[in-house]
Amino acid sequence: MKYALKKIVTIASTLLVISLLTFGVFQILPGNPVDIILGVDADPLQVKALTQQLGLDLPLGQRYISWITGILKGDMGNSIRYQVPVEQLLKQSLPVTISLTLMSMLITLIVVVPVSIFLAKHNNKKVGVLISFIMQIGIAIPSFWVGILLVMFFSVTLHWLPSGDYSPLSQGFLNYIRSLLLPSLSIAIGSSAVVIRYLKTTILDNMNMDYVRTARSKGVARNKVLYKHVLRNALLPTITILGMLIVNALGGSIIVENVFNLPGTGHLVITGVANRDFPLVQSVVFYLAATVVFINLITDLLYAIIDPRIRLT
Amino acid sequence: MLKKYLGNKNFVIGASLVMFLLLLLIYSFINLPYDPNKMDTSNTFLRPSPSHIMGTDNFGRDIFSRILKGSQSAFLVGIAAVGISMIIGVFLGAVSGYFQGWLDKIISVIMDAEMAFPGVILALIFITVFKNGIFNIAMALAIMTIPRFFRITRSGFMQIKEMDYIAAAKARGASDFRLMFLHILPNITSSLIVTASLGFSTAVLSEAGLSYLGLGIQPPDASWGKMLFEAQSYLLIQPWYAVIPGTMITLMVLGFNLLGDGIRDVTNH
Repeated sequence: MKYALKKIVTIASTLLVISLLTFGVFQILPGNPVDIILGVDADPLQVKALTQQLGLDLPLGQRYISWITGILKGDMGNSIRYQVPVEQLLKQSLPVTISLTLMSMLITLIVVVPVSIFLAKHNNKKVGVLISFIMQIGIAIPSFWVGILLVMFFSVTLHWLPSGDYSPLSQGFLNYIRSLLLPSLSIAIGSSAVVIRYLKTTILDNMNMDYVRTARSKGVARNKVLYKHVLRNALLPTITILGMLIVNALGGSIIVENVFNLPGTGHLVITGVANRDFPLVQSVVFYLAATVVFINLITDLLYAIIDPRIRLT
Repeated sequence: MLKKYLGNKNFVIGASLVMFLLLLLIYSFINLPYDPNKMDTSNTFLRPSPSHIMGTDNFGRDIFSRILKGSQSAFLVGIAAVGISMIIGVFLGAVSGYFQGWLDKIISVIMDAEMAFPGVILALIFITVFKNGIFNIAMALAIMTIPRFFRITRSGFMQIKEMDYIAAAKARGASDFRLMFLHILPNITSSLIVTASLGFSTAVLSEAGLSYLGLGIQPPDASWGKMLFEAQSYLLIQPWYAVIPGTMITLMVLGFNLLGDGIRDVTNH
């Protein structure tokens, strides 16, 4: 309980700093949204009216407070560019990004466990070394290049899958999966490589522990020790990595959404930055960062629940 | 020591890749086959041939020359980003770890908050605020890696600060500044080198991503990420164009990752 409380206080202060940073950064942006909407040589009266309407003439502190209370109430103001509430834009784009993140996580999980076990078993053999090297390449390869290569192979050459554009769930499950398969695969390749490397080392570390020797000398079969004892212990610390993976997938989706022309949150942020759409970018960035903070909190708490030893340190 | 390094596979492969890329970089300063920005509309989409060993792009520019020129941008951005983030991160980490107390708490909270931002978004915001340009891109990427240098320096300082020889130096009347930068800092050099090597590959990868999105190196200047973006429109006519810059980015990131891992393996044992 004390551990959870301590974590929550840290989270609250982190969120405060994030909100101050996000808000502060947009105050020094050189381009003024009013100039962008009306053009540079607009009528000064019009400029003044719009500035007042957008609340840009209020003092800084007041603007921060009204922004942050709005955020907490779920009211994020209007997008300057699209002239609609930011929530509406988020509601349209979030399903895309969430689907993409979940699907890439799913692919990662399916791949990771068998490959890491195989690698741990064949650690010093030639196959193991070769696969480890391939994993290094997987970590180094840019996700958007993987995306382009996948398009080249599966869309341009084989015509199996679409090269882009999003097909929502309401238009059929198969089309939905087909539209997300290549983008999630491009994110999953990099993240699988990271997790496999991590899981392999923890499995190997665990195999050298006393409890493995005890089980083996009691006559338990090698594979049974591996699956029943070692894997359980090795998967524990992997939970912390899962949090990092979601964060990675969120960050990766920003670029990958642009490769495949998916109308997700990353796409929204990038067009927002290009249009100097302050309310839009400010709120979306804050929410993204807050999501990351919460995911980290959840993984920390989960970890503490599963492995009570953590709470002591 | 050298034998230990040469016995480490990660180090050997990483160092050779980095050497290869450095040679390309040097070559790019000595002899660019063509002007990388010169368009030649009568020679677009040429296949690789002795006169254009990687062919030409949609504007008839020589792809090999642009790859060479792109290596200059990658190295420049990488070195600048790592340099800036190392200076800031090490300084903040040293102050935090050495003095601790409320100052450490404040800096740590800011660093944690920064870690929570997805790196690309952070860089993106920075570039929007301060406009493009190599220095600003480097600065944006530097901000992403500051927390890594911060953490490693802070924990190193907290550990080493308690050692007897520091107490001895203090008793002799050494100033805080002298203790921090002459007695403690040299002890964490190897972990800083590892972080720098890994940070370099992060910077290269992110620069490629930003340039791909049109927010990094601005055209007509060559950047591997931007070349990938251009190549994506011509996958049907010219598939190899998308393969070359991607391979270069991967080789560079792989090289610096392996180099960093190799140095860590050797210095840890």
